[in-house]
Amino acid sequence: MRAQRGDTAAPDRTGAIMSSNDRRGIVSYGAYVPFHRLDRTAIRASLGQGGGTGTRTVAAYDEDSTSMGVEAARRALWGAPTPGSLYFATTAPAYADKTNATAIHAALGGSREGFATDLGAAVRGASGALRAAAATGGMAVLSDIRTGRPGSADEVAGGDGAVAFAFGTGEQVLAEIVAQASVSAEFLDRWRVPGESYSRVWEERFGAQAYLPLITDAVTRALKSAQLEAATHVIVSSPQARAARAALGAFPKSSRADGLENEVGFAGAAHAGLVLADVLDRAAPGDTVLLVVAADGADATVLRVTDAITRRPTGDGVRDQLAASRAVSYPDFLTWRGFLDREPPRRPDPERPAGPPAARSLRWKYAFEGSRCLECSTVNVPPQRVCVHCGAVDRAEPVPLAAKRATVATFTIDKLAFSLAPPVVDVVIDFDGGGRYGCQLADVDPGAVAIGDRVEMTFRRFHTAGGVHNYFWKARPVRKEH
Amino acid sequence: MASNGIRDKVAIVGMGCTPFGEHWDRSVDDLLIDAVTECIGSVPGVEKDDIDAFWLGTMGSGSSGLTLSRPLKIGYKPVTRVENYCATGSESFRNAAYAVASGAYDCVMAVGVEKLKDSGFSGLVIPTPANDGTESELTAPAMFSLLAPSYSKKYGVDADVMKEVMTHIAWKNHANGAKNPRAQFRTEVAKETIACSPLVAGQLGIFDCSGVSDGAAAALIVRAEDAHRYTDRPIYIKALSFVAGPAEGPLDPAYDYTTFTEVVRCAEDAYAQAGVKDPRTEISMAEVHDCFTPTELVLMEDLGFSERGQGWKDVLEGFFDLGGGLPVNPDGGLKSFGHPIGASGLRMLFEMWLQLRGEAGERQLASPRLGMTHNLGGAPGACVSFASIVGAERD
Repeated sequence: MRAQRGDTAAPDRTGAIMSSNDRRGIVSYGAYVPFHRLDRTAIRASLGQGGGTGTRTVAAYDEDSTSMGVEAARRALWGAPTPGSLYFATTAPAYADKTNATAIHAALGGSREGFATDLGAAVRGASGALRAAAATGGMAVLSDIRTGRPGSADEVAGGDGAVAFAFGTGEQVLAEIVAQASVSAEFLDRWRVPGESYSRVWEERFGAQAYLPLITDAVTRALKSAQLEAATHVIVSSPQARAARAALGAFPKSSRADGLENEVGFAGAAHAGLVLADVLDRAAPGDTVLLVVAADGADATVLRVTDAITRRPTGDGVRDQLAASRAVSYPDFLTWRGFLDREPPRRPDPERPAGPPAARSLRWKYAFEGSRCLECSTVNVPPQRVCVHCGAVDRAEPVPLAAKRATVATFTIDKLAFSLAPPVVDVVIDFDGGGRYGCQLADVDPGAVAIGDRVEMTFRRFHTAGGVHNYFWKARPVRKEH
Repeated sequence: MASNGIRDKVAIVGMGCTPFGEHWDRSVDDLLIDAVTECIGSVPGVEKDDIDAFWLGTMGSGSSGLTLSRPLKIGYKPVTRVENYCATGSESFRNAAYAVASGAYDCVMAVGVEKLKDSGFSGLVIPTPANDGTESELTAPAMFSLLAPSYSKKYGVDADVMKEVMTHIAWKNHANGAKNPRAQFRTEVAKETIACSPLVAGQLGIFDCSGVSDGAAAALIVRAEDAHRYTDRPIYIKALSFVAGPAEGPLDPAYDYTTFTEVVRCAEDAYAQAGVKDPRTEISMAEVHDCFTPTELVLMEDLGFSERGQGWKDVLEGFFDLGGGLPVNPDGGLKSFGHPIGASGLRMLFEMWLQLRGEAGERQLASPRLGMTHNLGGAPGACVSFASIVGAERD
């Protein structure tokens, strides 16, 4: 059945228990919470205005929406191959006029087959990505970096992070889409002309009164379509915080999901997904979830958690990632976001990576594939045509290393190298299963590095030069072996 | 390693070397003209036109032979520009010597120049070709700083003692440089000052790093049998060795950052060419590549001056001091001269030239017989290495 105004419901919902073969929904998911936190009280301490309580997540100087999207997508695969379609939504795209989703697709290391595209640059793009992925059995990658002018509400209330959901059908579905309803509305609550570094907002009370009826409309129709009185978990995510609070307050307290405002902040296009991931991290089979994204309209989705939820991996959920963090100072936060232009060392600016070499080394630069010699089994990192050990020429197979862990063989602290977060920590690492490599260590306290430390690989934006973002891999400390 | 060498076939009969330092008032052209003019002037009767061919070493201060022929107005002669990282100056010399040994020319000149201070950057900047952005971004001090903790761990040298060893090397080279009118830094530096200098990378403080400077040097090279037509005190080439490694260190978990395999192979080849059996006793003095203090420590072992794991003791006992058993960097080394890449190798030979001819002033060693110069370029595990042995006597 297809109701008016875009309502959709799972077919043949006449009260009978549907066969699991007819299920469509989320089959796997993964979140990425960046390691750094800003103490919100630090803002007022510096500026005498703005700020608040709690912390917000902060993408490091070497992260952007694309790199965080890669981290989330990697965690959402659960061993499955790269999905056939990938939809990427963010309000902070790294590039315009060039697809960002293709970098994520390349970093997942699958074949070039498949579709990868970006959706807009507004919070509602998240709903678009989720719907497109649900319709095609693809993956939605939602990622964002949120801030505003120093001292603004957007700065303090924002948060950075990413989340990804893979969709499919049948028994593997862990959260079935039961119903959806949407309304769309054109009004001026927040906006940003492309190229500007912050958004502008209208008076808060105007947006709140505009959103509330939209939310009510979408929710009512979605619940009716799902033949549901109330959901076990209710998520209301909106850049209009006042509206979101009011809408959520209308539901029984026990069903209100923690919007992560106190530890993460409103993470833009990633926010609804991050809260959903957090809910799914603890949801039980049979639970229902009402997910509302209120951005330039309202999208309400009803999900039913299935027995397949027990397939979820443990140890790397939203709460697990929130539990490990490092504080970032407010001046560093401003520097990383480009609001504070600090004196660089007297070293040359980084050079722009060149197109043809980067295209030739795609499997190395993006998928982090080394080579294994077919004659002597030596792992060469980066991949070598001539084996470093036995000298065999063109007798090698690719060896994916992005998911391999490694051990620090030696390291140094480089205070001369250019970085927005000096000093640079360089490590020489030995991969489990073979292969030695020297690289930077991300997300680390320089004083806490030691030989023998365990590390894993993370996809980062090294620098931007000549308008080109240089994406590549760094190591980062393993927070918890699992 | 197979090389025949050119022992005693070729001689240096004249040299020139500019003061090294921050030459704000002198261009690359000026430095080249100064070094070449001094070199020619050191050999009475020789004119520029008597030189049959030129080799110019520079890493980045110019391209092609025109860098030398244009300022000096060298007319229609072969001028070859060479580059081989930090061994660039030595490579100019090696290739020029081979040209004479081959019989192709009677009289050639090796020149090296580098002007680093004009860039305005701290430390060394090596231009890279267009790339995919995945190359390591390590600075030179970071790469070489990996030596110190690895050496400490392998040989059980306490971190404080290691710092003492590094400090002694810096102190010694500055003490030697204080006696050298051509050095960039001409003051002794107290050990306390060195030990407390701000950290640059790893355990390396400012004083564990060589400086950045401008300079040029030149050598006039002829067949050994012709040498006495130019000077009564020529110096003879006993060995010339050069090695480029397969750069396996960064890929090989067995590489432990306590040695430069390239230097070991290069030194073995040089000793074989020169007939040196025991370098510790037979080599009278050495100019080595002290880009960073731990580099010099490791080189003492790689060059065979010290037993493995014993170099640090020799350093602390003063064996490599100016008055020690084997003076190393008697002119002050890279520490006192800075490291204008194309010029450094020839600057090292210039000290050999002065010492073997008894012209080293207050640095003069007592009757040195064989001198060694050594450069390396690149990073631990992936470098090029040059070694020469020169002597005052033709065997």
